[in-house]
Amino acid sequence: MRTDPLFQPVMSEVRSTRTVSLSFNDQALEVPAGISVAAALLMSGINRFRATPVSESPRAPYCMMGVCFECLVDIDGVPNRQSCLIEVAEGMRIRSQEGARDLIFQPGDVQTAIEQTVEVQS
Amino acid sequence: MNDHFGGVVEAVDVVVVGAGAAGMAGAVALAGLGLQVVLLDEQGSPGGQIYRGITLAPLSRRDLLGAEYAHGNVLAQALASSSVRYEKGAAVWQVTRDHQVSYLRDGRLRTLQAKAVLLATGAMERPFPIPGWTLPGVMSAGAAQILLKSAGLAPTEPVVLAGCGPLLYLLGWQYLRAGVPIKALVDTTRPEDYWRARRHLFAALRAWPYLRKGLELMRSLRSARIPHHTGAEQLAIEGEEAATALTFTVAGKAHRIAARCVLLHQGVVPNIQFSQSLRARHVWDVDQLCFSPVVDPWGELDVPGMFVAGDGAGIGGAQAAALQGELAALGIAQRLGRVNAGQRDERAGPLREQLALNLRIRPFLDALYQPKEANRIPADEVIVCRCEEVTAGDLRKFVALGCAGPNQAKSFGRCGMGPCQGRMCGLTVTEVIAKARGVSAAEVGYYRIRPPIKPITLGELAGE
Repeated sequence: MRTDPLFQPVMSEVRSTRTVSLSFNDQALEVPAGISVAAALLMSGINRFRATPVSESPRAPYCMMGVCFECLVDIDGVPNRQSCLIEVAEGMRIRSQEGARDLIFQPGDVQTAIEQTVEVQS
Repeated sequence: MNDHFGGVVEAVDVVVVGAGAAGMAGAVALAGLGLQVVLLDEQGSPGGQIYRGITLAPLSRRDLLGAEYAHGNVLAQALASSSVRYEKGAAVWQVTRDHQVSYLRDGRLRTLQAKAVLLATGAMERPFPIPGWTLPGVMSAGAAQILLKSAGLAPTEPVVLAGCGPLLYLLGWQYLRAGVPIKALVDTTRPEDYWRARRHLFAALRAWPYLRKGLELMRSLRSARIPHHTGAEQLAIEGEEAATALTFTVAGKAHRIAARCVLLHQGVVPNIQFSQSLRARHVWDVDQLCFSPVVDPWGELDVPGMFVAGDGAGIGGAQAAALQGELAALGIAQRLGRVNAGQRDERAGPLREQLALNLRIRPFLDALYQPKEANRIPADEVIVCRCEEVTAGDLRKFVALGCAGPNQAKSFGRCGMGPCQGRMCGLTVTEVIAKARGVSAAEVGYYRIRPPIKPITLGELAGE
């Protein structure tokens, strides 16, 4: 969900001519090239990066230097990426992490696998 | 030669971990002494946190951030014109006692076998556990400064700065220069802190450039008429889904300042993940209220061939860090036979003089901006371990059940076992347990840190 951005470029900043297109939860964003994913999201009005696995409380970057791991997001299908340490790239698909990470195999997949195994054995 | 996982290992003379002030200066000095050096750094460009983005920042931004920041370019240029092999985007996840350094770069695992290792992993901000500090909109002042250095970003709405310490006032000064409105400076410093610090004032006066800079910062904040609340206590952040206000008391009177962005700071502490993972000896620093590794005058740990330079060995600031990097380089060069002890000591002389000069300000700063106990050892309801959402009250219950230290707290309630591996809660956990048990922080000790120091997938480990 986008709100008014918490951060914006300072006045003396020359607007970057180079931009990259990426998406956050399927929403298209245009951001300056060369900055971190976390900085790009913060200036685009993304104020909530993830929900915690324990209580699903909202979280956003705290340290911006790779220490706190609060800025974890899913980038191009890879979960738990530290967005403060990764530079934006054209076409990046970013998603917030909601609660505990999914298992690689969904419970349904396991059920199917068991049934298939049982079929093979019988 | 193979690493511990059967992968191919490249032999080099020295590996330096971290391209901040200490790492850049140390690596350049080592190369100058004829050694083959690999400098590994997690960021996309050199500078560490203090000189973050120095090689990429436009001139206008460099000017705004001040002369101390711009000085980083001298080190970065020396690095660029040296024979040091600088590898950016390298996440070092393991350093062994026998000088093997394993890292992940571009999704590939690599291992170097060095004759000596220089750890220059710097500092991190001290945690600031108060009610609501996990809410979006609450960040460390250092984080906001990194956004300014690396992306030219500042808060959209008038911001509240809270806590104490040089970095907090420096950020305020930089925001003033950038035309960023500051709603309030909520300062936890009290009159008795000046009283406590006064006995170090004479030494601090001999480090006049630092003191003058600090006085200039405070004067500019005052003349900008920013509401400055001193002696603030009982700090708490209000908000449900995000921060909406900072509340606090001054001399018993309650205050509330509405803000979507609150920046917290109460000093920096050594980042000791690697020295701890090496099982090197650490001591509790009673002045800086943190654990620091024990090093000899060249920065060598009690693990032969493993050196630490810069804030990772105790907070001294950027200029001290660069000097310590050069001193460690001399110590390593002597170890590896590039210089003899006489040559080493002769070259070290002027560096040590400068270092002593730079460190004269520290006792004054440590005494004046000592973080308040209430902001280090919080009330029961405050979250200590942000990852696993363990509160100070939970920790006190663990202690009542017989939990003696941080490592046991893990099995009592997963404290320190989330993705940050205890980086954000370690000091708080030690101090909360120490207070609850009525013993010293030194006796309680710290988490036992194990590799991987940085997250790495099993697939990456398997070389897939």
